[in-house]
Amino acid sequence: MIVVELIKMIYRPRTWLIIGMLVALPTLVAILLAVTDLGPRPGTGPPFLSAVLSDGTLFPLAALGVVLPLLLPIAVAVLGGDAIAGESQTGTLRYLLVRPVGRTHLLLAKLVTIVVFVLLAVLIVTAVSYAEGRLLLGGAPATGTVSLSGSTLTQQELAWRSAMALGYVITCMLGVAAVALFFSTLTRSAIGAALGTIGVLVASTVLLGLDAAGALHPFLPTRHWLAFVDLFRDPILWRDVIRGLAIQLGYLTVFTLAAWANFGTKDIDD
Amino acid sequence: MTSAAAASNGHVIRTRALTKRYGELRAVDEVDLEVRAGEVYGFLGANGSGKTTTVRMLLGLVLPTSGEAEVLGKAMPTARRSVLPHVGSLVESPGAYPHLSGSANLALLDATGSDRSRRPERRTKIGNALEQVGLDPADRRPVRTYSQGMRQRLGLAAALMRRPTLLILDEPSNGLDPQGTLEIRQLLLELNAEGTTIFLSSHLLAEVEQMCTHVGVLRDGRLILQEQIDNLLRPTGLVAVRTPDIDRCTELLGPVVVSVEGEQLLLRANDTADLNAYLVGEGVRVDEIGPYRRALEEIILEAEAGP
Repeated sequence: MIVVELIKMIYRPRTWLIIGMLVALPTLVAILLAVTDLGPRPGTGPPFLSAVLSDGTLFPLAALGVVLPLLLPIAVAVLGGDAIAGESQTGTLRYLLVRPVGRTHLLLAKLVTIVVFVLLAVLIVTAVSYAEGRLLLGGAPATGTVSLSGSTLTQQELAWRSAMALGYVITCMLGVAAVALFFSTLTRSAIGAALGTIGVLVASTVLLGLDAAGALHPFLPTRHWLAFVDLFRDPILWRDVIRGLAIQLGYLTVFTLAAWANFGTKDIDD
Repeated sequence: MTSAAAASNGHVIRTRALTKRYGELRAVDEVDLEVRAGEVYGFLGANGSGKTTTVRMLLGLVLPTSGEAEVLGKAMPTARRSVLPHVGSLVESPGAYPHLSGSANLALLDATGSDRSRRPERRTKIGNALEQVGLDPADRRPVRTYSQGMRQRLGLAAALMRRPTLLILDEPSNGLDPQGTLEIRQLLLELNAEGTTIFLSSHLLAEVEQMCTHVGVLRDGRLILQEQIDNLLRPTGLVAVRTPDIDRCTELLGPVVVSVEGEQLLLRANDTADLNAYLVGEGVRVDEIGPYRRALEEIILEAEAGP
């Protein structure tokens, strides 16, 4: 079942359209930076973006920083929202269930597919932006890549920190996927489920900017999304990363269980 | 009936007091279905009478509020893992991914089951199923471009692909032209002759009357009639006479006349030929004369009018 879902995703033109959009934005940023040579001042703008003008190899991280806050979550919300509601809309859900495919099994397959999508998207964005960084923004300084704290990171260190950052981004997107999947079991409209998820994320972002909502801040899903930046400090600043992971795992557990509870006993009468 | 069907001449579908309530509404109300192996069972009812909900409960898509359902001798929905691989179904409308071709859709569907087949087998299986329903296996166009009739055929192919022992079909001739309806009807009868039990849910009386061996009628969620069609349509022992000389005829036959309706008389008589000779001898012109059979429609209307 999981393999079938993956094949469905790979052969779906939409998947590649979304990834194309995810690649397009960092590409635009790279071109603009290369042409104008106007980086944001250090400490402002998306993470790493101020550093990439002097070190093109950092551009993949900057690209993730550009994509993560908005585009990637929207893509995940669209895919997750489509998971069950989309099958319902095409009328294929009932035929899957009488094949028979277990309902829990189906949910699991959908969740795994979203993880693979995020992995695919992040890898492609990283690869493309790496090439762009080298071509448009210049190579690394001879001293090696400089961490955010000013010390030098070896290639090896950079590699495993990047892997951890990737894992962190995927976990964050899993939280979003779980919310989207839950909404997807509630409604017959794939767009409705996606919009509901995006609504949750927007609400979270709005509340984060509001001091009066301070008591809620530790529980908001978007709170520590950009904490993967801390993995490139020396030494690594673990605090926000761990909090971020805890929040995301919480959302993942609660909403996956809710989706399972709702879908497992739901009457399929569309 | 073939030996396979005869050997297991038990119930293929049996429900006891099957009920589905949506709030106050009883969509399906204490329904006791009995379908035996080898039958073509016509499940009749108006739109909204609860047919589709019943079908969905049989397939484990909708959970009953109370009552039991057994399919192929096992309780549903508990045993759906072992039951459903042997059941082919078409529920309301066919479903397919619009951006893929018909055969790609069938391949995906086959691959999702635990009884999936290996690649070369799958190709022949899909090819056969598509040919059976009159679709071209080499057609690479996406389902998006299919007509409604083609989609319906594709849905049937999906149901037939697993060589089911039981076919549960909800309005199978939806969207088909008369020629297509005829072809599909032929196909279903062939499959039945090979031993497949067919449960056919429909609102088309004529379709049920022409194809089915048994009929169940649902009205407002209640099963008001369940009987072998031959029993229902058995000669009534009455003779129908159609004549323009209705008054003269009534006068002659007086006591045996049961009813008069327009130019038709119903009467009790043992020998149609004798009666005909007598009437003609008396100078009554006879348009039509023959044993009287009730139409299924009348029987159902009568059952509906009952308590």
